[in-house]
Amino acid sequence: MLCGMPSATAGPVIEFLDVSYRVGETQVITGLNLQVARGETLILLGRSGSGKTTTLKLINRLVSPSAGEVRVNGALTAEGDVNRLRRGIGYVIQEVGLFPHFTVARNIGLVPKLERWPEERIRARVEELVKLVGLAPDLAARYPHQLSGGQRQRVGVARALAADPEILLMDEPFGALDPLTRDELQREFLTLQRRLNKTVVFVTHDLREALLLGSRIALMEAGKLLTVLAPVEFLKSSDPLVAAYVRAFGGGLEPVANRSTS
Amino acid sequence: MNVVRYIWQNHTQVLGLTLEHLWLVGWSTVLAMLIGIPLGILIAHRPRLDKAVLGSANIIQTIPALALFGFFLPVPWLGERSDRLAILALTLYALLPIIRNTYTGIRGVDASVIEAGRGMGMTESQLLWQVELPLATSVILSGVRVAVVISVGLATIAAAIGAGGLGEFIFRGLAMIDNRVILAGAIPAAVLALLADFGVGWLERVLRPR
Repeated sequence: MLCGMPSATAGPVIEFLDVSYRVGETQVITGLNLQVARGETLILLGRSGSGKTTTLKLINRLVSPSAGEVRVNGALTAEGDVNRLRRGIGYVIQEVGLFPHFTVARNIGLVPKLERWPEERIRARVEELVKLVGLAPDLAARYPHQLSGGQRQRVGVARALAADPEILLMDEPFGALDPLTRDELQREFLTLQRRLNKTVVFVTHDLREALLLGSRIALMEAGKLLTVLAPVEFLKSSDPLVAAYVRAFGGGLEPVANRSTS
Repeated sequence: MNVVRYIWQNHTQVLGLTLEHLWLVGWSTVLAMLIGIPLGILIAHRPRLDKAVLGSANIIQTIPALALFGFFLPVPWLGERSDRLAILALTLYALLPIIRNTYTGIRGVDASVIEAGRGMGMTESQLLWQVELPLATSVILSGVRVAVVISVGLATIAAAIGAGGLGEFIFRGLAMIDNRVILAGAIPAAVLALLADFGVGWLERVLRPR
């Protein structure tokens, strides 16, 4: 199911077609059209309430569109088993959401366990992931409350990668960290992404982070997608809303944008 | 020390009535858990039902015990044996703390933990058994603890409808105006309540998630 399918090469990995999402009278997402290509890191950028997180949740069907369709690898997310869909998509959130009564190892091994991998294979995979995200091996036996914020989010990333999903959804994963730890994790994310080449959709309101991590930046405002631009184009754009965003973050952004492409 | 001597002289009867007392409290607690925990889980997931269910359990709580014991007397199968009546009434009283704490315990689970679990593809029943219930266990048990302690006290009134238990001594003592006899029922009941409180409290600490 994972390899050798024609869908693995052709077409976008994630596709939004005229997607709208409404709660009662409130229009949260309006007429969204967007494609995410294999191996890219697409940033959803925008202010609070612009619909970034909802867009992300439409991909793993934590919310279902009121109109239009969302496709993952060509298949409608609305059809088929929702839990199967979600187990094939890594999900990282700002609050991390580690299970407080599970050890770090059990937290990381959650999806493999749900997928009924044999214990031995889970143990080996957990060990591998602990190393991959830069955690000390002895932390595996600890409980989440015994970790620092940065360590917790590393565990969150490891958990999302556990079953080697093709897609990674990240909702402001570094937003609650102190600046130093955030910087560290951003750099490590870049290194990791070069190595793993996942298709990543990353929500943030931080332009600096967007320029650093993104292959493309999708700017959202009031539930609508305004534009999708590469980081370098984003800084040069004459679009007033894009320019306003760049202005709000002040100067010194060019080196950041260049660093990600180099 | 008259009381101690009286209890010693009548120890077989004290023991017998204590066992009857435990029978009433034990059954009613088990039944209340079997009904109350699923109900609590249900209303935690269906917030529209919570007011109705908690409200009903609250209303039951306001009915005087003696009235509730007598209320079911005419019901065919129940009325045949007074201990059945007593167990039913005690079960109804035990429901509120158990439903309320199950509801509070499950609603109290961190929303981000639930969202992460759901986002990773856990089914609703996996979420319930692996996340919600383990994290709510100590809150649910503290509800059970309240229920047991209330039941031990209320079960003394069951003697009024002939259901036995330590209330027998208390009612007899009241009729005889003899404090020794009243205390022969009241002291073991108090000890039972303390032991139950301690026992469930210990379980609560052992099962508390880290």
